[in-house]
Parts: sequence; structure tokens; C-alpha cells
Amino acid sequence: MSLEPPRPEETLEHTDDRETLEEILGDHAIGWEDHVNAQGVVIRPDEVQSALRALRDEGGFDHLTCLTAQQYADRYESIYHLTKYDDRSQEVSVVVPTSTDEPVSQSADAVYRTADWHEREAYDLVGIEYEDHPDLRRILLPETWQGHPLGLDYDQDKPQLVSLSEHANPIAEHHHDEERDTMFLNIGPHHPATHGVLHLKTVLDGETVADVEPDIGYLHRCEEQMCQSGTYRHQIMPYPDRWDYVSAGLLNEWSYARAIEDMADIEVPEYAQVIRTMGSELCRIAAHLISIGAFALDVVGDFTVSFQYAWQDREDVLNILEDLTGQRMMFNYFRLGGVVWDLPEPREDFFESIRTFLDSFEGSVDEYHDLLTNNEIFQQRCIDTGHLDPETAKSYGVTGPVARGSGIDYDVRRDDPYGYYEELDWDVAVYDGCDNYARVLVRMQELEESAKIVEQCVDILEDWPEDEREIQSNVPRTLKPDADTEVYRSVEGAKGELGIYIRSDGSDKPARFKIRSPCFSNLQALGEAANGEYVADLIATLGSIDVILGEVDR
Amino acid sequence: MSSHDTYDTTGPRDVASKTQEARMGDVDERFNSRLRELFGSTPFILTKFDAFLNWARSSSMFVLQFGIACCSIEMMGTYMPGHDLDRFGTGVPRASPRQADLLIVPGTIVSKFGPRMKRLYDQMPEPKFVVGMGSCTISGGPFQEGYNVVKGAEEIIPVDIHVPGCPPRPEALIYGIRKLQDRVQHGESAPVTVKPYELEQFGDVERDEVVRELANEIDEETLVMRYNWGDSP
Repeated sequence: MSLEPPRPEETLEHTDDRETLEEILGDHAIGWEDHVNAQGVVIRPDEVQSALRALRDEGGFDHLTCLTAQQYADRYESIYHLTKYDDRSQEVSVVVPTSTDEPVSQSADAVYRTADWHEREAYDLVGIEYEDHPDLRRILLPETWQGHPLGLDYDQDKPQLVSLSEHANPIAEHHHDEERDTMFLNIGPHHPATHGVLHLKTVLDGETVADVEPDIGYLHRCEEQMCQSGTYRHQIMPYPDRWDYVSAGLLNEWSYARAIEDMADIEVPEYAQVIRTMGSELCRIAAHLISIGAFALDVVGDFTVSFQYAWQDREDVLNILEDLTGQRMMFNYFRLGGVVWDLPEPREDFFESIRTFLDSFEGSVDEYHDLLTNNEIFQQRCIDTGHLDPETAKSYGVTGPVARGSGIDYDVRRDDPYGYYEELDWDVAVYDGCDNYARVLVRMQELEESAKIVEQCVDILEDWPEDEREIQSNVPRTLKPDADTEVYRSVEGAKGELGIYIRSDGSDKPARFKIRSPCFSNLQALGEAANGEYVADLIATLGSIDVILGEVDR
Repeated sequence: MSSHDTYDTTGPRDVASKTQEARMGDVDERFNSRLRELFGSTPFILTKFDAFLNWARSSSMFVLQFGIACCSIEMMGTYMPGHDLDRFGTGVPRASPRQADLLIVPGTIVSKFGPRMKRLYDQMPEPKFVVGMGSCTISGGPFQEGYNVVKGAEEIIPVDIHVPGCPPRPEALIYGIRKLQDRVQHGESAPVTVKPYELEQFGDVERDEVVRELANEIDEETLVMRYNWGDSP
């Protein structure tokens, strides 16, 4: 990172200070709020589109990362968290209050395509309605659900009825003539290629995908409610491990840790930062290995070789992480202000095991290149399929390897530095193929970059003086941030930008805990990438987007 | 001496009857094993039909390839070389429920998925068995308090073996499956403790617009699940 040529930040205007925002928004702004992460501007519910359009076109805020909806005693509120793909450090929160009697707010779908799903979720869980929304219906809960569970007056004991009925072909009429006849095909929720419980409502015209609509919510485990009913200090940390559950646990834990540490002003000792960085990158390796192995499974139907090779390497990583954290997969290792315990003793053996793994891993990566990326069949299935151009990707709020495979140079680790990343030497992998192949190449290179980071961390930890190994700073036993403190913070998870919004009400539990999951936004772009392609390529595209349903549904 | 000498049956042996000799000589030499020799002159084994069938069932269970959540990652790990579930005769995951007789439920069941899981279970041919993997499948686990989480797969389908853990390690899953095989081999099956899950009438439910609509539209192909969150454990 430090050896990279400096990014041309001089050319980017800073447009997130209050004066510039006032200039851009003019009369739209009816009030101002101070959030920990950014300036918050309050606008009227019927001016959402024009305000956001001004911010996007004049202010350059082209990335709608998250939409948080919540209910207060006297009003509903939607917060649009905006930032820039070119400069992650500039942020603004657009706050849209609406009344309790008539919770209607204008939809942002016309400005940012990603608002489509985010607003459906806000409607589903909190109960705000969005005017001009193209398709406002439930997204995570079943169609017949009664009430909005994150609203204040929800009765959780009310019996619910859920029906399972036949799906109609949504575009039958458009195509129904002599020559063209479409077929409706359910893929999932139980299907080997959906990587979990995802339902794709697919309409086929012959072998070509005419329309695909992901139907999610089969693993909606109420993560936000769970976090809202846990205390900051200890009861929330186990849940992040279960969002992106493919052993990416430490990366997820960091997103919560970062948000709450910024909110409550908790310092993290440098030594703990190095351990965090090392553990997280090991997790990224494990997550990417599964992703690549499963993708090979989808594309070349290769359950035997590639998948098992990838699995074997992942087991090695998991063994290291088990030594470090004491658990397999669900690590629960981070604590506010540091980590729960120091590296395992004897340290030499622990470092030795990591070095042994890294040495063999170099050869493994070459092997994957031989097996997969240099494989002619694999290339034929991946090159120029699942095309996702950068403009569409940005509009859908796509992040992570999917964005970087479309040539978008965006990585939270570098653009909004945290942890120890700033001190280390590594590169952001970017390929501009915009296809399935580019996304695999990005992950392959990230494997190597992560290995580089881990190696540097081991070097640093080995030389760390024994009496300065401080693993946790001093954190109050009961954490009660000031009432109405609001923060939105994100980290680079295995799939992309993983953000957490927290609002405090002065108690020891968050009043609102919102998770911005990268897979949720990435999956939304599936239709754009798959429409007009063969159905076999739809499967490949889904694999290359690498969704984890625990994170999509939360 | 060639390796075939081990199986040489032509040497002096007074117990060997002519029948045995005839049998051993009739087939390709590669099929002549110690086992054939041990069975002596009898080409038959006697056992109870049930015992034989239970043995066959327990030794070749076909698992439905069924991934829900975190536990399914550990389940995949169980199939992989490190643990290799296949060596216990249960390692053939089938993508279709119609070809499977063992359902491992690896993850949290939520309200929207409940009817889908029930349909899969119904499509499996009898006799069928269920292993519940992980705390969520047993009770809802860490998500038990959630507004959307079914408090255990047993609310919907009968479960034979519960494997606790979050997630259980591959070793634990293997232990659970071996336990199930043991039971099947001895002809035992778990008492069905499941609550009534078939289509419910709506008599005691308040008639709001959803109930009215569902009650009007129900036909035999439509499954309507009712979740009594208040009565769940």
C-alpha cells in the first residue's frame, strides 16, 4: 500500500463539508445533524430524488452504500448513506424523516438502482412506504406476513400463515406468440448451484435467459433484531461470525468492532491491530478458497479435484485460525478495544505453522492457475460471460471482487484505512474484463496479496517486544454511548464493503443496528449480468458473484 | 509363489466337499475370496429378512444434498477428504429428494423456508430418516428469539438424531450419522414427536384479510403453514 503510487486525490474536490453541501443542496436542506462518520443533512420526504440527484451529479456522490430505516416514537426515518467510489473518505448521510401516521417517502430508485432492494427491505422490516417505487413488496419475509417486525408496535407472538403456491411466468404475455414461447423455471431454493437457499425465478426463451429475479429471504435470521437485543460489550460479537459464515468471521467481527470503537471512542493497541489484520487476511484466504472451489464446481462440474484442493488448503487455514481463536469457523475472537487473547504459546510453533502454510500456499496458487484459469474449457465458459459494466455496477452499489473485476478501483482497506493495512506493502487487485473470468482473476490475485500481508504481519509480530504485547485497551465494563449518537462505518469484507450503522439511545444496547451486506447489493446486479445469456452462464455468473445467503438475508 | 496361491483351493483338504470344489471352480478365479472359502459348501446364508434389509439400509444411506447455512459448510467438510463420510456408506449426496432416504438439516429454518423444507421431506421415498445438524435445527439456536426463526426443524418434520454444536465439527456429524445407522440397523426409529404440521383449518384464527384470502384459495396443491410463535417453546 505505502509503495503504491499516490492516488490522484488532489484532483478530487472535497464536497462533504457543510458549506459545499449547502451550496449543492440549496433549499432541499431543512436541517443538519452531526453523525460520527459524516455530516447529516435532513431533507423533505417529497424531495428525495432531486436532492440525491444533485448530490450525485454535482457533488460526485455516486455510491449509495446503505439505506437505514428506523422508527422513533414520533417519526419514521430513512437515512441514505452516500459516498464516492473515487474517494471513500468523503461521506454524507441524507436523513429523510416522515410522519408516523403516513410514513410515505419518495423513492430513490430513479437515481440509484440499488435503492430498489434497499427500499423494499425498509418497507418489509420497518414499514416505510416509498412513492414511485417500481415494485414495492416484501423482500425478506413471506408475502403473507402481517406487520413490520422492526417497527415499534410489532407483536412477535402473533400467529403467522405462510403459503407455498405455484409461481406464474411473469413475462409470458410479452413473449407468447408462435415463434417465441417462454418457459418459467424455478432454480432453488433447493438447488446445488444456488450456493445455499436462494430462489431464482427464471424465464427462459429457449436456452436464453429472458428474465431472472432473485427471490431471497429463505435465511433471514433476524440478525438486526438479535444485535439490537444484545449489549454492546459482549453479546453482539458472536453474531457477525454468522453473517458471512464461510469462515470469513474475523472480517465480519471487524465491521462491528470498527463501528462501535469509533462511536464510543475506544483506542485499539497497535499490537492488537497487527493480530487483527493477520487473522482477517487468513479469513479472506479461506473465504476466497471456498469461492473459487465452488465456482469451479459450478463451471466445470468438478467436484473432485479443484474443490477438494481448495478445501484442503482451507482446512490448513482453519487449523491456524483454530489455534489462534479456539474455535472452528465461528471464531468470536475480537473484543472491543482489541482481541480476546494473545497468540497461542509456544509462539515459535505458531509462527512456524503459518510460515509452513504460506510456503506451500504459493505452489497451491500456481496449481489453481494450472487447473482453472489456464484451462481452456474454463476460459471458454468464463470469458465474456456475465458482463457487468462499471457504470451499471456503480449504480447497483456493487463492491468487493465483483466491482474490482469490472475495473472499479475501490477497496475500503486502502481508501478508508483501518487496522494495520496502511503500514503494509500490498496491492489492490483490479481487472477490467467485466466478466466472470475477471472476477476469478481478482480473487486469485487477492489470495496472493493476503498471503503477502499475513507474512508481513508474522514478521512484525515475531519481533514485537515481550513486555509491550498489549492485546486490549481499557474499556468500561458497561458501555453506554451518549444518546442519539449515530455512526456508519464499513470494512472490506471477503465479498465487499461490509458496513454497520448504529444508533445509541443512551442504554447499553443499540436502538438501531443496521447491517449493510455486500452480497445483498452484489446479488441485485445479477439480472443485469445474466439477462440475454445462456442459462448455463447464469449459473456461472451467480457463482462468480459469490453470494453467501446468510449475508444476503441477514 | 504367485499371489494367487493364497486363494488356491485345489490343495489337500478333507473338509472340502465336492459341492464346494465345484463352486469354487466354476467362477473366475478373481472372485474366489476368503469369504467364499469360509462359507464352505453353502451357497446360502440364513438370516431374517428384516435384519438383512435393515443392514442394507443402514449401510447405504443416500443423503439429500441440502445446504442451508453455516452448518452446511461443515457438512461439506465432512464429505471432503479429511473426513470422507463416504467410507461409512453415506457419502453419496443426491441432488433430488426422490433419490434420497436421509435428510441432514444443516441450518436455521425460517418461516419462508419451512414450507419448502416440508415439501422436500414429503417428496423423499419411505423409509426416510432425518439428522438435525446444529443448534439452529434443534431449537433455533442463537436466533431463537428472532421474529422469523422456526424454533427447531422438529416443528415441521420429525427428526431422528440431533447433533448439537454451532456448528458441530465434522467428527460430530459423523458420530451422529453413525448413531443413526446403528439405529436403522437394529430396526429402531425415533418416535415421531413432531407437532401437527399438515394443513390447518383456520377456525381459531382471527379472520383478517390474509386468512380470508388463504381460506378461499386453498387447494390440495397449496401448502399453508401456520406458525404459532406464541406457543413455540
